[in-house]
Amino acid sequence: MSVGFVMLAHEALHRAAQVARVISDAGCPVVIHVDRRVPVRRYEAFVQSVGDRDNVAFASRQVCDWGTWSLVSASRNATEQLLATAPNIGHVALISGACLPIKQIDQLTDFLARHPKTDFIESVTIGDVPWTKGGLSEERFTLSFPFAWKRHQRLFDAWVELQRLVGRKRRIPPGIEPHMGSQWWCLTRATLERILSDPDRPVLDRYFRRVWIPDESYFQSLVRYYGTTVESRSLTLSKFDFQGKPHVFYDDHLLLLRQSPAYFARKIWPGANRLYRAFLEMGRPDLPPRETAGQIDRTFAQAVTRRTRGRPGLVMASRFPGEGYENGLTAAPYAVFHGFDDIFKDFAAWIGQTTGSRVHGHLFGKGRVEFFGGQTGFAGALCDKAAVRDHDPEAFLRNLVWNTRGEHQSFLFSPRDAQGIGSFLARDRNATISVVSGAWALPLLRSGLPIPEVRGAAARLQKIEAAFLARLHERRSRARTRVWSLAEFLERPMDPMQEIVDSLSGAEHHMLTGLPALQPVEGLADFLQALRNAGMNPHLAGETGSRLQVAQVPVTSDRLEAG
Amino acid sequence: MRVERRRWQVRAIRKRRELEVVADRTSSVPNGAVLAFVTIRNEKPRLPYFLSYYRRLGIGHFFVVDNGSDDGGIDLLSSEPDVSIWRTEASYRKSRFGTDWLNWLRFRHGHGRWTLTVDPDEFLIYPFCDSRPVAALCDWLDQSGIRSFGTLLLDMYPKGQPSEHPYEPGDDPFRIAAWFDAGNYQFSKNPKYGNLWIQGGPRARVFFEGAPEAAPSLNKIPLVRWDRRFAYVSSTHMLLPRGLNQVYDEAGGEKLSGCLLHAKFLNDFDAKAAEETHRREHFARGREYDAYHLKTQGENGLWCEWSERYINWRQLEQLGLMSKGNWA
Repeated sequence: MSVGFVMLAHEALHRAAQVARVISDAGCPVVIHVDRRVPVRRYEAFVQSVGDRDNVAFASRQVCDWGTWSLVSASRNATEQLLATAPNIGHVALISGACLPIKQIDQLTDFLARHPKTDFIESVTIGDVPWTKGGLSEERFTLSFPFAWKRHQRLFDAWVELQRLVGRKRRIPPGIEPHMGSQWWCLTRATLERILSDPDRPVLDRYFRRVWIPDESYFQSLVRYYGTTVESRSLTLSKFDFQGKPHVFYDDHLLLLRQSPAYFARKIWPGANRLYRAFLEMGRPDLPPRETAGQIDRTFAQAVTRRTRGRPGLVMASRFPGEGYENGLTAAPYAVFHGFDDIFKDFAAWIGQTTGSRVHGHLFGKGRVEFFGGQTGFAGALCDKAAVRDHDPEAFLRNLVWNTRGEHQSFLFSPRDAQGIGSFLARDRNATISVVSGAWALPLLRSGLPIPEVRGAAARLQKIEAAFLARLHERRSRARTRVWSLAEFLERPMDPMQEIVDSLSGAEHHMLTGLPALQPVEGLADFLQALRNAGMNPHLAGETGSRLQVAQVPVTSDRLEAG
Repeated sequence: MRVERRRWQVRAIRKRRELEVVADRTSSVPNGAVLAFVTIRNEKPRLPYFLSYYRRLGIGHFFVVDNGSDDGGIDLLSSEPDVSIWRTEASYRKSRFGTDWLNWLRFRHGHGRWTLTVDPDEFLIYPFCDSRPVAALCDWLDQSGIRSFGTLLLDMYPKGQPSEHPYEPGDDPFRIAAWFDAGNYQFSKNPKYGNLWIQGGPRARVFFEGAPEAAPSLNKIPLVRWDRRFAYVSSTHMLLPRGLNQVYDEAGGEKLSGCLLHAKFLNDFDAKAAEETHRREHFARGREYDAYHLKTQGENGLWCEWSERYINWRQLEQLGLMSKGNWA
């Protein structure tokens, strides 16, 4: 017993002819159906190129449309012709002109000889497949689809809507349980003969003719009725993208295909000379069939993910997500420290050494971008010019986080900085924002200027800070935010700092034994009171009373004890 | 929009009179070939590599408009069997930087075909371009019902002043101009035409650090399945009808896209810049050509410590400058 082939061809006929010759040379009979749409001249050239062979025949041609009954009918007629003319075949394999045998034909023959009674066809019930596209699942079998989806899309949609409206439900012929699966199968002679000689064939034909994509459900359903041993998998490797369109294989897939356990692959780009040469012409090195289905799946699943979800935090020439579709405004978590450098000396260096984060200065400083270490540029060739940054501050930050993937970034922020980035920070779930509100009062205090001169600046800074805090507390804000007032923070700075360090260093728990050196804060309570007396209420700095408690904590430069 | 599209078309058809045939080999254009459309002016040193690069990608025919070259580049081209040449002395700026002339040639010869419109210093990179010819890309786009392919114009520069590095005709320019800016681009949407507007890169960083809003556009849509009704509006930055500019996904996914490597900063940059400044024929009246700025950059030229060295398309894909989309 041997295997015979039914081939459906409609384009790239030179490739179909090449495959047909190889199959025929291996001693297997082939019946080829060529789409009626192919012009007669090209059809005749094709017949000629296959050559005069005893075991190659051509089925009578009909017009074939994607996803319609015509494909079932064409493959059925060709199968009947094949079974009638080749009495010694035990299996029939349905392939397309864009299929490429990726194993020797002999290997397939041997394999089938070991499984003489098994039908190889992917056949699953509708509820179990994730790949039904276009919102049609059960309805494939309960509505009718007389219009070709590719050519009459509007009519198709309107007809579906109409049927839904009137609640149409077609009766499924008794005994038939709708299954579906890949169009490319390999069935036994016994099963096929029973399907072809079914006394109810007119009824079944009438039903399946109007089912959605009958070429993926006719044989797949009937085999469940007539088959004895069904192995639900296709011997042809084919992958589909998120729109239900087959992935195409190219020269660079050679290794992937070599290692696939399948016998055929589709579809192959007709120009993939190296693939056709490797699999059809040269003696193939028999690589041990490795279980690489996982790798093949991964490759194509990644492509679908990239196309549908994209890389978070990336904006580029072909990805420009609308608001709400970003799948992450930035690529990775980062931290913002608001007011801390007004309180501590050398805060950036200290927190950087304590947490391992790359801590920049005021990235949004009005004069220039204060990159880590005072550099004039940074990853991705970002430059330190404020004008360039302020042209699109969101792009600046998004780029910075994208360019430094793999390294946690932090930066200082204050009401003295350019504020254009505020709402982006608030909306970004990757942002961890720690705020000591009212800390802007400290530089003013240390300036030593008389109250009437700093009063205006204090009012302006407080207003800016209040606006920033309001943004952080908006309902659509996604950033992780912690806010302490200056008074509250100075009273007990250890706890907030421990909390911050914990949140940044992840699982490692360090007990802080000290903090960076405080900037001078003497006279703060009086200073705040003086502002109040001048009619400006520094409410964001918190309640200080007449005396401000400043906790005494040991100073550490960067040393930590593991706790 | 339709009125505007018609206007550009009529203009293109009118401007055809400025073109004088030098070599017409259009009858030998292979069926189904991908066609390239180029305007040149004194680009002789770049032409040999340009032709060999795009022949290797599988471009079937080159349609060249020569805008008054006097360097003999046209003689070099006129003996090539897959090049058709037209010549004009008319103003580059008045033909909207060659757009009108090429709109006419595409109208006449590009209908129903994939057309690639590039400058002689632009080199198309797309995913898998080292193993799949441009026809594979076009077939895939066809199969996916996509009519246009978007790219980022990636300015490539040498380490040091461009004038220090001699370039010999036929050499790969990116062995000299091997560096680029990997991640300092800004994107916004042009509400009128629906295209993305991309700025950034070394020119924005160095020439436009004080006026980033005036930096040149880096968005390009060079590869289009042409139809007689289409027209480029300005260079290859955008075209009409507007749907062709939708080369990006707005729902969070990535569409397939590529890069145009820009070999602008070679050793003839100073001379070209001086000439263009003199002719005032270029965009924004040659403002960006003030090579003076480059001189002030000192010995490194456009290069900085954070520049990235070019390796291959996979690197550009990983850096997020282009995307495989769902082409696997």
